[in-house]
Amino acid sequence: MTIEQPVALAPAERAIQILGGDITERGLRLHLEGLSGVDAVGLEQRAADLGSRSIKTTSKAWALDRIIELIDLTTLEGADTPGKVRSLVAKAMNPDPADPTTPRVAAVCVYGDKVPDAVAALGAAHGDPDKGLISVAAVATAFPSGRASLRVKLADTADAVQSGADEIDMVIDRGAFLSGRYGQVFDEIVAVKEACRRDDGTYAHLKVILETGELTTYDNVRRASWLSILAGGDFIKTSTGKVAPAATLPVTLLMLEVVRDWHRLTGEKIGVKPAGGIRASKDAIKYLVTVVETVGEEWLVPHLFRFGASSLLNDVLLQRQKLSTGHYSGPDYVTLD
Amino acid sequence: MSRLAIPKTYKLYIGGKFPRSESGRTYEVVSSKGAFLANAAKASRKDARDAVVAARAAVAGWSGATGYNRGQVLYRIAELLEGRRAQFVEEISATEGVTAAVASAQVDAAIDLWVWYAGWADKYVQVAGNGNPVSGPYFNLSTPEPTGVVAIIAPQTGASLLGLASVVAPAVIVVANESAPLSAISLSEVLATSDVPGGVINILTGSPAEIAPWLASHADVNGLDLAGAEQLEWIDLQIAAADTLKRVLTPVSGIPGASLDRITAFTETKTVWHTKSLI
Amino acid sequence: MSFLEYAAAPESTAILNLRPSYGLFINGEFVDGNGKPFTTISPATEKGIAEIANADSHDVDLAVAAARRAYDRTWSRISGADRGKYLFRIARLVQERARELAVAESLDNGKPIKESRDVDIPLVAAWFFYYAGWADKLDYAGMGASPRSLGVAAQVIPWNFPLLMLAWKIAPALAAGNTVVLKPAETTPLTALLFAEILQQAELPAGVVNIITGAGDTGQALVNHPDVNKVAFTGSTEVGRAIARSVAGTGKKVTLELGGKAANIVFDDAPIDQAIEGVVNGIFFNQGHVCCAGSRLLVQENIHEEVVERLKQRLSTLRMGDPLDKNTDIGAINSKAQLDRIRELTDIGEAEGGDRWTADCVIPENGFWFAPTIFDNMSPSSRLARDEVFGPVLSVLTFRTPAEAIAKANNTPFGLSAGIWSDKGSKVLAVADQLKAGVIWANTFNRFDPASPFGGYKESGYGREGGRHGLAAYLQSATDSGQAVATTRVAIKKEASK
Repeated sequence: MTIEQPVALAPAERAIQILGGDITERGLRLHLEGLSGVDAVGLEQRAADLGSRSIKTTSKAWALDRIIELIDLTTLEGADTPGKVRSLVAKAMNPDPADPTTPRVAAVCVYGDKVPDAVAALGAAHGDPDKGLISVAAVATAFPSGRASLRVKLADTADAVQSGADEIDMVIDRGAFLSGRYGQVFDEIVAVKEACRRDDGTYAHLKVILETGELTTYDNVRRASWLSILAGGDFIKTSTGKVAPAATLPVTLLMLEVVRDWHRLTGEKIGVKPAGGIRASKDAIKYLVTVVETVGEEWLVPHLFRFGASSLLNDVLLQRQKLSTGHYSGPDYVTLD
Repeated sequence: MSRLAIPKTYKLYIGGKFPRSESGRTYEVVSSKGAFLANAAKASRKDARDAVVAARAAVAGWSGATGYNRGQVLYRIAELLEGRRAQFVEEISATEGVTAAVASAQVDAAIDLWVWYAGWADKYVQVAGNGNPVSGPYFNLSTPEPTGVVAIIAPQTGASLLGLASVVAPAVIVVANESAPLSAISLSEVLATSDVPGGVINILTGSPAEIAPWLASHADVNGLDLAGAEQLEWIDLQIAAADTLKRVLTPVSGIPGASLDRITAFTETKTVWHTKSLI
Repeated sequence: MSFLEYAAAPESTAILNLRPSYGLFINGEFVDGNGKPFTTISPATEKGIAEIANADSHDVDLAVAAARRAYDRTWSRISGADRGKYLFRIARLVQERARELAVAESLDNGKPIKESRDVDIPLVAAWFFYYAGWADKLDYAGMGASPRSLGVAAQVIPWNFPLLMLAWKIAPALAAGNTVVLKPAETTPLTALLFAEILQQAELPAGVVNIITGAGDTGQALVNHPDVNKVAFTGSTEVGRAIARSVAGTGKKVTLELGGKAANIVFDDAPIDQAIEGVVNGIFFNQGHVCCAGSRLLVQENIHEEVVERLKQRLSTLRMGDPLDKNTDIGAINSKAQLDRIRELTDIGEAEGGDRWTADCVIPENGFWFAPTIFDNMSPSSRLARDEVFGPVLSVLTFRTPAEAIAKANNTPFGLSAGIWSDKGSKVLAVADQLKAGVIWANTFNRFDPASPFGGYKESGYGREGGRHGLAAYLQSATDSGQAVATTRVAIKKEASK
């Protein structure tokens, strides 16, 4: 009988901290499979309870503004043109022309090759959302499917970073994950993180998209979340928005629980981004409640929480208008992006 | 000269064994014509206490046995009873003063009832239990389980009731008819030679009025069947049982017939919920 | 103000249309009681809500007589299908007036509006819907062909789920063909009286349901009334014993749903976050005023510290306060008496050496409040871990093996409910087999459904409410051979033995 030689994985600081010096495929697998399971019925019930909070008056007003400040305003269509990107950026900078008190979104999110258009359109508004400016997030790594060679995915990433993207939203290889090749998924994230390195030694911010709709089970989502953090992701993100189901409250709750546990273990804060399918303010408010009651209010800031959304912004603006005017508003009073 | 008979000693049946009463007491059993038949053991409260201990010790094993297994054991007892028909008929005729025909009918009915109960052992759960269609993603099943140890004040021959107890729960039986205990004691001989584990059925002869209150108030007895207690101060027994919230069946006249209710009366319905999800 | 403090989200009481005083509901009408009226208050503010009539033994006689007349002349003569139709009407009316009933329940009981709105009242309607359908199918209830109703049922209910306990009692009784005299708890009569108005709207024949308010004496007089055929009681084990004693020899059928000290068993292979939720829900739902509350946490020793730490963190977001605020999680303790009892037992727990930890909640000035509290490192011999507290107090004990968990869980005279948390199916089923509890929740807790039988082992009572089994309490098989001897011995013996 021969024992297989353990396959060594790329060094990643967090993984070394948790798993020890020589991280191997087998060690990683044992670790991930040793994580606590998730009871779906209980998880969904907890999410429903959180969703039943009644957020009114001053809390609601605060929440609506904060939602806007946490939006990654997104366009990810094959038909995206420079004109479309300019229009999106204009909306990002000035969501409600009739109301100058309206805050700005956190970022715009576009395909990698549209980054130059976004950067140009933002001009002086381009910068750190924690400081009230707007950053540029680019999807990369053969988004949305991730089905390309590592070489291509890394080149995709590097191009976007070089064009000026502040943040990279990568996709994990779901095929590798579902066939149990956790080491491969891990190594790819480490490599993409490295591809986010700029010439001056700084790194673009890395969001790791799990595509929870394809992972399907909550146990998989927990493992993939944990794996992505070990491999160096700054954010874990639910979905590409191209597959249904995209973000759901239970899945986001689960990811927040992982982030909470990571924080308890290491003191480090990881961000969470639910993306796709969040269209109503009412739903977005439920996410805010879920964040504060799971990890705490300090997570409701751009460097720790984002909404990946497009039509949500207009619904929030309609709600804001109702709060300030006292009557219900309509689609003519919000702009197209 | 005719052959000298060997008189039988009638002892208690506790934990599969035949002890005399720890009190050493006996009482005379006479025929309906007043002739001496035997000295039967007169159970004390300590015997009752010991019987409860034996019954409790038998709970785990007997409830752990499959229904199929228990049914087989009970059926074998019926086979043995059938083989001993003559002995039972003779004892009943002697003590109750009835004709052989009447005694035969009683014995036949008791054996047939025993067979009826044996068949229930692996079925009553299906009839008394069921799945419940709750509105939510849960598997939900209600199942009757044995309640624990049952004390029975058995009418007359006692044979009729013993079967039901053993379908579900180990029992301590007190023969109500003080003056006609013989067939109950013979029954215990049958039990001792059958496959029923010691302690599952325990039989005490003596004064029910003396023993029953100790069983009714005993905190480790879970159920009280007062079927044959009509002539006792049974309401006091029911009151005593209330302190430990025993499940109580009140007296019936005569011998109770075949009844699933008497089995399920000493079961507890356990309902288990379990979450169900694909993801 | 931080976002987490959530702006006030009060449920308005404007929907209520309360009378300043309520009479007894006898024979389809509200009539004055002969006892001294009392006031029902809101335990959150101590303010009075309405004046409530008090039934003395004469009133009890009238109510029972009305129930008897209704039984003989009407209810035992109409078809099961028609009984079902009345019950369906009642279910619909409860749904229509759901919001009003939820507000009234929270006001009178102190429980959060979120609970009465999302749990209590929907279950009330569901209970009536479920049993409505049984009324004309009793042949299939498992009691043989044509089982008979019992007659007049005396029902005494507690204050923790006032309207829901009423539904648990009345729905099956009526479906099975019995008539009812029900006594609500002294501190929570309001929704029962609103329910009486619903019965009028449903045009339920007079006397089929009678609701008499009062205190302990009223309940006792009702239970001991000679013309009652069935007694159903939910409440303390102590009173349950007294009732079991007093019905001895009367031939009355009895079911009792009494106290509990349930164990919530968390194994190291539990889905940990859901287990924490389940433990929290188990003991803090309804302020712990639940007979089946998971008041003992039995946690596997190797995850003890982690679980307690996670529990404490989870409890930090529980909100205690105005029951009528939609974001309140923990409402008021139902009465001063109950609050005193909780305090007494927790003082004992502290003296016994438990590690006491209380959630950091703001305690309002008026009203009866007790913040969620955990006692860690308790042992099976501590009184706090054995007695029923009936408040938001969790005792934490540990175990090493599944067998030890089962032994500790079963080591109590109670046997109402239990929780099992583990991802391993074979273990869950095997543990469930051995727990002596009438309701076992695996990877969940506090689930109730009209189709699911609820009731206890041992001193938690006997009989089941809900499901097909719940009908058995209100029927006897047509050839019932078990309960023949009794009624002739009735009152004389009882009087003599007092």
